[in-house]
Amino acid sequence: MKTKTTQQLEQQLKRHSKAAKLEIWGRTISLTALLLIVAVVVAIIGFVASKGIATFTSNHVNLGDFLTGKSWNPNITDANGKPEVGALPMIVGSFLITILSAIVATPFAIGTAVFMNEISPNKGAKILQPVTELLVGIPSVVYGFIGLSVVVPTTRAIFGGSGFGILSGTCVLFVMILPTVTSMSADALKSVPRYYREASLALGATQWQTIYKVVLRAATPGLMTAVVFGMARAFGEALAVQMVIGNAALMPNSLVSPSSTLTSVLTTGIGNTVMGSLQNNALWSLALVLLLMSLVFNLIIRLIGRKGRLQ
Amino acid sequence: MDSKKQNKIAIGTLYGIAGLVVLILLALLGYILASGLPQLSWHFLTAPAKAFLKGGGVGVQLFNSFYLLILAMAISFPIALGAAIYLYEYARDNWITTTIRTAIEILSSLPSVVVGLFGFLFFVVKLRLGFSILSGAFALTFFNLPLLTRSIEDSLRTIDLEQREGGLALGLSRWETITRVILPAAVPSILTGVILSAGRVFGEAAALIYTAGQSAPALNFADWNPFNISSPLNPMRPAETLAVHIWKINSEGIMPDAKAISSGSSAVLIIAILLFNFAARYVGKRLYKRLTSA
Amino acid sequence: MSKKRWWQGLGLLIVVVLGVYAYQTRQVSHAGESITAVGSTALQPLVEAAGEQYTGEHLGTFINVQGGGTGTGLSQIQEGAVQIGNSDLFAGEQKGIQAADLVDHRVAVVGITPIVNRKVGVTNLSTAQLIRVFTGKVTNWKQVGGADLPVVLINRAQGSGTRATFEQFGLAKHRSKTAQEQDSSGMVRSIVATTPGAISYVAFSYVDKTVQDLSLDHVSPTEDNVTTNRWKIWSYEHLYTKGQPTGLTKKFIAYVESPAVQKTLVRQLGYLSPSQMMVERDAAGKITPMGGA
Repeated sequence: MKTKTTQQLEQQLKRHSKAAKLEIWGRTISLTALLLIVAVVVAIIGFVASKGIATFTSNHVNLGDFLTGKSWNPNITDANGKPEVGALPMIVGSFLITILSAIVATPFAIGTAVFMNEISPNKGAKILQPVTELLVGIPSVVYGFIGLSVVVPTTRAIFGGSGFGILSGTCVLFVMILPTVTSMSADALKSVPRYYREASLALGATQWQTIYKVVLRAATPGLMTAVVFGMARAFGEALAVQMVIGNAALMPNSLVSPSSTLTSVLTTGIGNTVMGSLQNNALWSLALVLLLMSLVFNLIIRLIGRKGRLQ
Repeated sequence: MDSKKQNKIAIGTLYGIAGLVVLILLALLGYILASGLPQLSWHFLTAPAKAFLKGGGVGVQLFNSFYLLILAMAISFPIALGAAIYLYEYARDNWITTTIRTAIEILSSLPSVVVGLFGFLFFVVKLRLGFSILSGAFALTFFNLPLLTRSIEDSLRTIDLEQREGGLALGLSRWETITRVILPAAVPSILTGVILSAGRVFGEAAALIYTAGQSAPALNFADWNPFNISSPLNPMRPAETLAVHIWKINSEGIMPDAKAISSGSSAVLIIAILLFNFAARYVGKRLYKRLTSA
Repeated sequence: MSKKRWWQGLGLLIVVVLGVYAYQTRQVSHAGESITAVGSTALQPLVEAAGEQYTGEHLGTFINVQGGGTGTGLSQIQEGAVQIGNSDLFAGEQKGIQAADLVDHRVAVVGITPIVNRKVGVTNLSTAQLIRVFTGKVTNWKQVGGADLPVVLINRAQGSGTRATFEQFGLAKHRSKTAQEQDSSGMVRSIVATTPGAISYVAFSYVDKTVQDLSLDHVSPTEDNVTTNRWKIWSYEHLYTKGQPTGLTKKFIAYVESPAVQKTLVRQLGYLSPSQMMVERDAAGKITPMGGA
């Protein structure tokens, strides 16, 4: 008799409460969602990698030639009977344009975010935020066309040449990544606790000192992420850049000479090649390089972010 | 008093930067609207597109854009929300979590044409979904997930730790704390993320060219039975969206009024996003009030 | 809580009932045959318009026409993933395609002309001059009698049908110098129209008053000159099928080849009909007069 009640009691105690069941349920669901995303990421990365590696394994292109070669004509074989798949011009082009546009956009974006968050939250919320959100939705084709009809002629008038080139590409990308970087920077600033500011102001620091020495410092990792995201967008952007950079697989010898990026060559060429052929695989190799390059970027920024964090 | 002067200069510079940014953005919007608004008319907004004659509209494309956006969001938002909750609230801060975060960030830097081609080979060809809204919605989900997950995670980060501790101290389980305390408080910020990614989805072309297709068969707007091929609701029909339409007429369009249609469509796109923003903001405000009973 | 459950259940029930009802009342006639054609973006408007007309006349059929590029069209038809592959090139000219498996249906002829920016001030070039321009030996338009403007070359992407045709017949198989590349005719036209000194090439239907077309050796780019092969830069537009077409595919291709389309849509879209041609050209570029002569 007595043992039975203890058993019942034990069971009652061991049984999950409703809240605990909900907890397990919620945890499982959110974990499933994450695993789904991981599966998607692995699938796409695996897909690009398997296609991109085929250039080297089944078409026997030398990896060194691919990374350092300067002429890109997958249709043609050179004197040694090897296809001309030198990706260096595109790699350099992508790097230059991404870094330049990030350098130009970062001060503007962070400045605007600081303004929105610290100086005039009212105007920020009323004007700046809606406008930036709106701009994210403009399709890249439209950016490209504005670039073509406004930026390229302006560049041509000021610097000569044809107007197509890295400089025009940078101008267009600068505007394109500005909204993304700005709104993400604003989020990063928002996550700095209020009492940081209060403490700093109470110590007699001016508003600028507070912003510069406390808020920006505390938000550094978040700001870094914002910049990485902007660079990621600049990196992966194809249609708009393709319209203003000139898209010539040549080493960029100045900022106003036509050159190309990995994405622009990839998008122009992919519909004109046949799946599984060398020409097609070579383009997938460009996509793979793109992946690896953004991996490197990510790691670098992560390192900086770790160092810049407030102690 | 040097630091005061410095302060003034710095604040002034910030005003200048913000003003300049607003100026750039307004100039852009002004340019698009000024060249596009004169093209707009009821006919333009409702008529089907013409292949090579002048006088076509964008009615079907406009509907497709919204339908595809809603479908893609319906698929990707719950997944992104769940993943973000797990990443921020549950996952331990170890190398696995870091690796997952890095992988998600890398995915977002892939050009959308790669996502589109992946979608083409996988959904359209392998799963035999054909060129359809469904294939397009899946491709957009792939494209959208990294961005959305990241931004929701950031929204969760903006909620003070005290809120979590408070919830737990009241004897709520972690999941209850998340759904009853954290999420309601994070609604406005999550909403911003959703609007931003919705804008990107709305303007995306390259990922859709190979999945949702670039032709828009005429629709019968009297037929709302999703199993009929000419019904607007049928998820298995090919659907060219507005952004794809702009891309298409700019690249191969031979209708005499291609330029006018293109600038008109751009203006429509901007206005649609504008309306979408307002609506989302309004809904978000009401939701925030109801959920937090503020 | 239980009330909320109840409402949820009711909502679910309504959705299910509506779904079943919709499925039961779907139009069975519209679920008939359907085919997909994929490939060349240049050919897409023609096939799409023909498809719309055909499905309008034959209820219960559905013709899905998509772009994606010649390479995509040919690789998908080779895989058997679609019923028709639209191509600007002979299948044999595209690397990686086994042309023997595919059946060619030539549905249109397209003429291609060099175009220049209007400020260049040149309206005629000799073939030799054209080759020198595209191989980079002429760098300023005054070297060929034009204005004092540097030459800006704009090519179509490698592997594009227009570029292949232009290099083969316009440049006598010389390869163009590496220069700017664009992947669509519309883009090429707007860049040539806005860039001083620019030269490129497009199909006849893309020439408008914003750009200047060029005569070659004083032969002007007209349809009449194409039919006699006096203007040599032209090519066929192909619909490829894997093996002989059957069913709807066969009927649709016959429809596109019929006078009903050839005399109307093909002409309206700026193409020539193969029946207008007085010569025929094979994949190797060999010309034979039509009519078995």
